[in-house]
Amino acid sequence: MAETRRKFLNALIGTGLVGWLASVLYPVFSFLKPPELPEATVSSIKWGVATDFPAGTSEIVKFGRTPVLLIRLDSGEFKAFEATCTHLDCTVQFRSDKKDIWCACHNGIYDLRGLNVSGPPPRPLSQYAVNVVDGELFVAKAEA
Amino acid sequence: MSTKKEQVFQWLDERFQLSPLIEFMRHKMVPIHRHTIWYYMGGVSLFLFIVQLFTGILLLLYYQPGEDSAYESIRFIMNKVPFGWLFRSIHSWGANLFIFFIFVHMFSTYFTAAYRKPRELTWVTGFILLLLAMGFGFSGYLLPWNELAFFATKVGTDIAGVVPLIGDAIKIVLRGGPDVTGATLTRFYAFHIALIPAIFTIFLGIHLLFVQRQGMHEPESVANMPADRKKMIPFFPNFLLRDVFAWLIVLNLVLFLSVFFPWEIGVKADPFVPAPAGIRPEWFFMFMFQALKWIPPHILGMEGEVLGVLAFAIAALAWMLVPFWEIRSRSTGKLKPMVLIGLFALFFIIVMTIIGYAV
Repeated sequence: MAETRRKFLNALIGTGLVGWLASVLYPVFSFLKPPELPEATVSSIKWGVATDFPAGTSEIVKFGRTPVLLIRLDSGEFKAFEATCTHLDCTVQFRSDKKDIWCACHNGIYDLRGLNVSGPPPRPLSQYAVNVVDGELFVAKAEA
Repeated sequence: MSTKKEQVFQWLDERFQLSPLIEFMRHKMVPIHRHTIWYYMGGVSLFLFIVQLFTGILLLLYYQPGEDSAYESIRFIMNKVPFGWLFRSIHSWGANLFIFFIFVHMFSTYFTAAYRKPRELTWVTGFILLLLAMGFGFSGYLLPWNELAFFATKVGTDIAGVVPLIGDAIKIVLRGGPDVTGATLTRFYAFHIALIPAIFTIFLGIHLLFVQRQGMHEPESVANMPADRKKMIPFFPNFLLRDVFAWLIVLNLVLFLSVFFPWEIGVKADPFVPAPAGIRPEWFFMFMFQALKWIPPHILGMEGEVLGVLAFAIAALAWMLVPFWEIRSRSTGKLKPMVLIGLFALFFIIVMTIIGYAV
């Protein structure tokens, strides 16, 4: 009889402790997770006059908070890719001598269509659309 | 009639029971043999931790975390603050030597099998201290907010994101958002100066308490010696003075490196600049960095990175639990299984590190 009462009381205290611990830890863990900050959704950015962009060069442009690699091929054609390597998040660069896109962190190489060629990157770079309207260069999210 | 000194001692002794402690110190002996040199490595690591604590507190007086101020405040410390360059360099060099000596300490205790009963938990707490020290290195690396640190942190935190199921949550908690930003810097600052030191101090206390309770380990060859051939010296003050001498040598090494090779600040981080060529992590992450570089992107339908990170995690866990699964061979051969495993680990780390720097 006394033993069942002891068991009951122990269970009560135990549950109470677990509940108390949960009520302390829940806010702590929630605090650790940063709130999502509102981000202005950028759908397109204007670079400037297209003819100011020399062929065979590249530039990293800010697309909201995302770095976008804008390349003008020797042919004059424009290409734009998200500049974040699909491997481990480093920022890639266009190599005009090798005609490829390179990530210095782990030697990941992409071709000029953004496809991963060699090294550790598991996926191609996502592509952005480049349009020239009235001689002005615009970079936009590619149509899904 | 007792002297003033004795009176003071008696006053304290009555209240804090100092006599048993003094008795303990008086009887503590250290074996002297051809492996004695390894006994100093733990003490040297401890000394370097104290140096880090001291220089770290000094740097806190001028350092300002923040995307717009961190790099500038370090420049200020290096260029304007009297001896700022010295203390910052000592902190950086000290950090590297700290981790180096922890590695030496760990491998020397491993190869002398000092992790065996009764020191299993001393080994485990020691390994946790190594992980925390690497956490110190990783979090401290970002604080100058330079280009190398920025990308190292991107890669390092992204690796944490590779862990199945919980990886993404860990990454966001570490970064303070989806990307490495000023929020990450604030967090790493908190980890570096408050969270990790607090946990480290607890484990260091336990580790040192264990060492005091258990005394010095004697390698098998020494333990098997007849008692009359063993040489012992008192810990206090004889061995302690030798310890202090070792610390002086290390302090001179740190000062030499800091004076002749002051630590560079590098280029300020800019999230919109590509990762520079030749980027690499700190040397104590290099072997993992190099190994991960060689893993192909896909293995058996899994991402290579996931496999690599899991393999390292399992290896680390196995290493931490060495005292509990040790393979004891009865063969009298020179190379025992545990020695082979240890040599493999050591060579893997050394060779991968060298390749990492050479390629």
